[in-house]
Amino acid sequence: MQIAIDRAAVDRCRTLAAATVAPVEEFIASHSTVSVERAVVRLLGVDGVGADDVPVANLIVDTLPAGQRSRGVALAFGRALAETGLDPLTLGQAIASGTYALADFAHVPEAAATGALRPHVESALAHVRGRREERRAMLERLPQQPPPLLYVIVASGNIYEDRTAAVAAAEAGAQVIAVIRSTGQSLLDFVPFGPTTEGFGGTYATQANFRIMRTALDDVSERLGRYVMLTNYASGLCMPEIAAMAAVERLDMLLNDSMYGILFRDINMKRTFIDQHFSRALNAYSGIIINTGEDNYLTTADAVEQAPAVLASQFINEEFAHRAGLPDAQIGLGDAYEIDPDRQDGFLYQVAQAQLARQIFPDAPLKYMPPTKHMTGDVFKGHLIDALFNLTSVMTGQNIHLCGMLTEAIHTPYLADRVLSLENARYIMNTARHFGDEIAVRPGGRIERRANEVLSDCETLLERVAEMGLMHAIDAATFADVKRSPDGGRGFEGVFERAVDYVNPFERALRGEPVTA
Amino acid sequence: MNGTLVKPYGDTMNDGKVQLSFTLPIEWSEAADEAARQLVVKMGLRDVQVVDGRRIASGFSFFVVYASTPHGVDAAAIHAPTARAHAMEMDEIDAYIAERIGRKVRVAGACIGTDAHTVGIDAILNMKGYKGDYGLERYRGFETFNLGSQVAAEDLVAFAKEHAIDAILASQVVTQKGSDLRNFTELTELLEAEGLRDRIVLICGGPRVTNLMASELGYDAGFGRGTLPSEVAAFIAVSLADRFSRATAS
Repeated sequence: MQIAIDRAAVDRCRTLAAATVAPVEEFIASHSTVSVERAVVRLLGVDGVGADDVPVANLIVDTLPAGQRSRGVALAFGRALAETGLDPLTLGQAIASGTYALADFAHVPEAAATGALRPHVESALAHVRGRREERRAMLERLPQQPPPLLYVIVASGNIYEDRTAAVAAAEAGAQVIAVIRSTGQSLLDFVPFGPTTEGFGGTYATQANFRIMRTALDDVSERLGRYVMLTNYASGLCMPEIAAMAAVERLDMLLNDSMYGILFRDINMKRTFIDQHFSRALNAYSGIIINTGEDNYLTTADAVEQAPAVLASQFINEEFAHRAGLPDAQIGLGDAYEIDPDRQDGFLYQVAQAQLARQIFPDAPLKYMPPTKHMTGDVFKGHLIDALFNLTSVMTGQNIHLCGMLTEAIHTPYLADRVLSLENARYIMNTARHFGDEIAVRPGGRIERRANEVLSDCETLLERVAEMGLMHAIDAATFADVKRSPDGGRGFEGVFERAVDYVNPFERALRGEPVTA
Repeated sequence: MNGTLVKPYGDTMNDGKVQLSFTLPIEWSEAADEAARQLVVKMGLRDVQVVDGRRIASGFSFFVVYASTPHGVDAAAIHAPTARAHAMEMDEIDAYIAERIGRKVRVAGACIGTDAHTVGIDAILNMKGYKGDYGLERYRGFETFNLGSQVAAEDLVAFAKEHAIDAILASQVVTQKGSDLRNFTELTELLEAEGLRDRIVLICGGPRVTNLMASELGYDAGFGRGTLPSEVAAFIAVSLADRFSRATAS
């Protein structure tokens, strides 16, 4: 299936997205955040918690003398490494316990610091490359079923229950497992530590939980003869740290959006822009596919009206992702099936939008989100709506398919809900596997007209955003009718300007340049 | 007496037909089907037919069951108070507020606890509203404060105190193991402790909320799935006007 779309308009949209993102990238390049710095020390090997369960990474960055922060934590930490001769893990714990303070090492020459950092930077990068190679080899040996990759969530709050649910879902055909986070986690300015058994609406993202789930999924992958992917969330106030932990624990995908936290979690926009950049650079290096969050525009407002905003956000996410070094194959742009089921020809609109994204972003592994907003307690109707969502996905060649649950809006899924949902998707996608290849869209018909109308409205929206500047546009409630000011929101205090001689030893290395620190 | 009892209807009056589905944490076998059947018999159901039983994962089986219940209820004797009784449209409500209250009614809404799903509270408060029914922001008679998601109960109470709020809308969309009920209860307790409960119209909402449940939790009203903003608006206006007239009378 191909829709005749205005290719010149697509080109203009990309130019506008580039013009929108360029000034933000200049801002990003001259700033850092506490969460980026914490990701740096975690990559160097710092782990664990100190008093009151405060992560060592937080303790180190928080105790960095104010005068030194603008140069980045790496240099101060490198000075301490050089002087004490300790490894990063041991040094971190010694700082956490108060044995040493970063301020004690200001006298150590910079060259000694960078020399002490280099082997740890190199070994961290080698480790991440090793995990990436491991994934590649497993995918080759244990090939996945063809896309759309069936993706389900587990969300019991208890990582061990999640593991049971994940294994059962994999057996029922799931190819991607996402562990939904506890609802409060995006607003925590630290990453909890260790395995966790309590959460609300989800399970805390911790490095130990990542490892527990990865191990279980590797086992089931071997048993089923197909690689089962693992997903979590690099969003909220700890985006870069989650990206670092995910790289180390071989997660395969991360939810990561350039604007979601700003609009829907009231996280400061500067913090988010800086954090998403470093997160994505890490994701690029570790071979992790990002999933962007355009579905959120549709759950909070009318899906037909918001369609141009979804497309505009896809262009902006793509541009930010490219600038962080992500290739198209790792940019899972989002969309969702959220049009009111009572709307006449709603299905045609869904097909138009899904196919539009497919043609505009041909190499992106598009992420398609299921109906949620119009799901009620009527599980029978819900299962039917999910079936049409499944049909839309397979006929428009979506890649990452979050299976809708018939019990959406009732409870976090039961084990059987997931199985029924997977059976629904497998049935539809098998019986209609090549349907999209066999049909042609009527020229000038409803689907073609709708696709071009969305594209044209998207261009108008992007023109306005480019003219205003992205930060001002968000301040003027251009996206999702939500107004956020550049210096408002959570986490702004963690944003700081870089000194001219700021050092982040991973930054250039992640782009494949030699380690310079 | 039997004549007034109502039973589920399959295709014949009083056949009592119900359908169930559930998972048992055992491997599927014919014995598993029988285990499912016996379980349903223990539930008090009769004519139990396990119409589908199968393995859905290692160590888990899923069943679809049809059966008959011998029980019935006297539906006519059941009282479930509704909070949707005062059907008025926006203009009528605005006029009602102007006449009976004589000032703007101050409404604060929030998703309380860790819930980040504002879809419900936004549908009621945002100007745009829900299903063509305008939200409270659009009314002349209301001054609204949408505090958004993940608002701690104590912060909501402090806000209500500081801004002399007349009505609170507390929303809970996502729940897990009863977290919504705990959060709703915490809010009433805090309002009681602050001595604010009597003068505030306290309303909860969410897909699993019923008005009956809300009154058991000490709320003035509860609104569930499909609620229109004007239904909430009318309830607030009428409840507040009643309070004012009672206060004047006493």
